[in-house]
Amino acid sequence: MPSTYTLIKGETLASSAASYTFTAIPSTFTDLVLRMSIRTGAATNFSAIYIEYNGDSTNTFGSNTWLEGNGASASSSRYSNITGFDPSTSVNASTTTASTFSNVELYLPSYTASQNKPFSFFNAMENNSTTGYLKTHAGLYRTNSAISQIKVQTQANTFVTGSSFYLYGIKNS
Amino acid sequence: MPATYDPIATTTLGSANNSITFSSIPSTYTDLRVIITPLANATVYYMAIQLNGDTGSNYSFTSLYGNGSSATSNSQTSQTEIGIIWFNGATTTIPAFATIDLFSYAGSTNKTVLATNSADNNGSGTVERHVGLWRNTAAITSIKLFDTSTGRQMKAGTTATLYGIKNA
Repeated sequence: MPSTYTLIKGETLASSAASYTFTAIPSTFTDLVLRMSIRTGAATNFSAIYIEYNGDSTNTFGSNTWLEGNGASASSSRYSNITGFDPSTSVNASTTTASTFSNVELYLPSYTASQNKPFSFFNAMENNSTTGYLKTHAGLYRTNSAISQIKVQTQANTFVTGSSFYLYGIKNS
Repeated sequence: MPATYDPIATTTLGSANNSITFSSIPSTYTDLRVIITPLANATVYYMAIQLNGDTGSNYSFTSLYGNGSSATSNSQTSQTEIGIIWFNGATTTIPAFATIDLFSYAGSTNKTVLATNSADNNGSGTVERHVGLWRNTAAITSIKLFDTSTGRQMKAGTTATLYGIKNA
């Protein structure tokens, strides 16, 4: 029986970058998993990132509902009719403890199916000095098109050197 | 390096059905994972699992739940199933997405389950995380995913895959 959890592409940044894009994602898998260890250079404790599918930066096809804990309380919020996927502010930035990166996993099931695309997004930011975040999102990209491109970008800053982005494909046969 | 993440079985519904069952699960893996993207045929949808056909009150679970405006947590004891998806506001064209992890499923201890539901509908939706317990020491050989209301079904096109994960 074949192994079905396969690295498609990945990289650990040797220099800072405002975004990282996976292009020409093959349609030969069933699900996609993007695992990231990221930190931004923004002069704050935590920073926003943004995910865009298929280069679609204008249509308001995105939405997400999330559940978060900040070490003191839990809450839930939602964005509707947005461009791309904005998972709110959540990853380590430059004023958090040095050499500390946030763990993020994006899971896209049935990414080539001709139906709306649900996905999950799980993010952890821990800092041992100020607020940490644990966030889990239900995302939706309202298109029937296969997903062939994923862009991860910061909002008004860069991913620092050492941030990593690894995309895996999972086959169900 | 040996294969460690293998598809065991996939079911895609050709017509609406209340349940999907994976049976005759081999004991040769360490952990199991189910991936399902259910399309509901009703605005209220509740998906649960039962193991090895056990319909007794041998399950319990603790849940964390967000609906876009509030976060809650609750626990259920001595249940006849483990709840995975509770969604009031589902649509028939937008699938939910759930994962179910069963650890050491062939071991001789009680069986624990971690489950997630990610279901956003652009204006409604839920995010759920569950930990479940089946108080039984038998190896898991079948998993039934179903709606506890027999009148509610998963639509045609709903796909579920069972994966086996080996630790060696």
